[in-house]
Amino acid sequence: MSEKYKTVAYYPGCALEGTAHGYNRSTKAVAAKLGLNLVEVPDWNCCGAMEVKNIDPELQNYLSARNLAIVAEKMNVDTVMSPCNGCYHNLKKAEHDIANKPKTREVVDGLSNKAGHASYQAGSVESIHALDWLKQAIGEDGIRERVKNSLQGLKIANYYGCMYTRPRNIFPEKDQGEGSESTYQPHYMDDLLRAAGAEIVDYPLKTACCGGAHTLADSDTSTKLVLNLLQTAEDCGADVIATECPTCHSGLEMHQVRAETEFGVKTTPKMLYFTQLLGLAMGLSGRKLGLHENVSDAGALLKQKGLT
Amino acid sequence: MTTLANIETRLQQMRRDPAQSPLALAEELLGLGEQIMEHWLRAKGQVPTTEKRDGFRLLALHRQGCVGDPSFHACRESCRELVYYRNLLHGAPEHEDVENRLAMARAVALHLCLFIGGKMQDPALGDFCCSSRPQRTAAMAPA
Repeated sequence: MSEKYKTVAYYPGCALEGTAHGYNRSTKAVAAKLGLNLVEVPDWNCCGAMEVKNIDPELQNYLSARNLAIVAEKMNVDTVMSPCNGCYHNLKKAEHDIANKPKTREVVDGLSNKAGHASYQAGSVESIHALDWLKQAIGEDGIRERVKNSLQGLKIANYYGCMYTRPRNIFPEKDQGEGSESTYQPHYMDDLLRAAGAEIVDYPLKTACCGGAHTLADSDTSTKLVLNLLQTAEDCGADVIATECPTCHSGLEMHQVRAETEFGVKTTPKMLYFTQLLGLAMGLSGRKLGLHENVSDAGALLKQKGLT
Repeated sequence: MTTLANIETRLQQMRRDPAQSPLALAEELLGLGEQIMEHWLRAKGQVPTTEKRDGFRLLALHRQGCVGDPSFHACRESCRELVYYRNLLHGAPEHEDVENRLAMARAVALHLCLFIGGKMQDPALGDFCCSSRPQRTAAMAPA
């Protein structure tokens, strides 16, 4: 186990307190099982998601900078971990912009001063995703050693979504060769779930847009994009689509239902967060992993595979 | 040039009725991908390039679409995947996995069609992931 990531600041973000509660629950349960410590960032705020960006990208940077400043100033750790692709992306973007754009530094300094807290200094805190955290802290060997209930027989299509790898310039640690994550063909989820015994199918849409941000403005496009993701997973033979992003996950769940009601097309893959799958492999109960909080009901499938 | 709606219909039709010739289908899928890109470029008032990038016009068209619009990188992998499957099919047309490879190529082309079709309705589709737009726009603005 890497001591560097044994204790990290935990930034769950708003989705994990709502629609993605099962992701929050399973992340914490897996951490506890693995002996990893999550210390929630005190008084964290919204990352600005996409809405603030559209109005004022510098304000969005400030929102993430405030969270980073809390970690830097008030917590005795140098790493903040977020399971949400949106939160993770915005932390990385703020880090990049503060380091490279004088205008961002000026806005962040000004707003921090006005709000009465220290301004975040680039390079003080490392931001990582839950996937990076488990890959670096435990790794495939660590997962393999802890498997009690192998995922053998479960075919999984891993869906990384868009914000985990784009735009590439805010993820300087990726694409650094062996061991690092790839922005072209991300593989950390494949590595971890394969170590847990799952059969990973070759899924060509692993970073394709799910239309998540447009689900209200243009629902039919979102449903068609999701339906294609689901049918492709089906064509790959996948029982499950593993997710790592609450927006993607809820989009897949909701539009799977909508595809059936609006277009009359029924699809079979079940959606599970990768932390829920790892937790099942480590012998944790479905209840502890928040399976009952998913819209997509994987109960019968998991029972058939001997996982619950 | 075929309309996006007709391209979508054709791609859906392939799902129900796979073509007999994998090589012909692979070329058709690549051609449909190029047409999808052309729709986007023409809608933006540009003349689609006839040049190739890494040996494929599709990749050159995608590159052209990205100039001044970094969010267009959101479909970069789809273009490359389509080329990848086309190459797999050409490299081994008798391979036992040929049907699956065709299905994957079709799925990727359909994604491209839906994504670009969605952007024709609302150009901001894809901006969520590629939030480099404000970042780059600001960087390119005159001081």
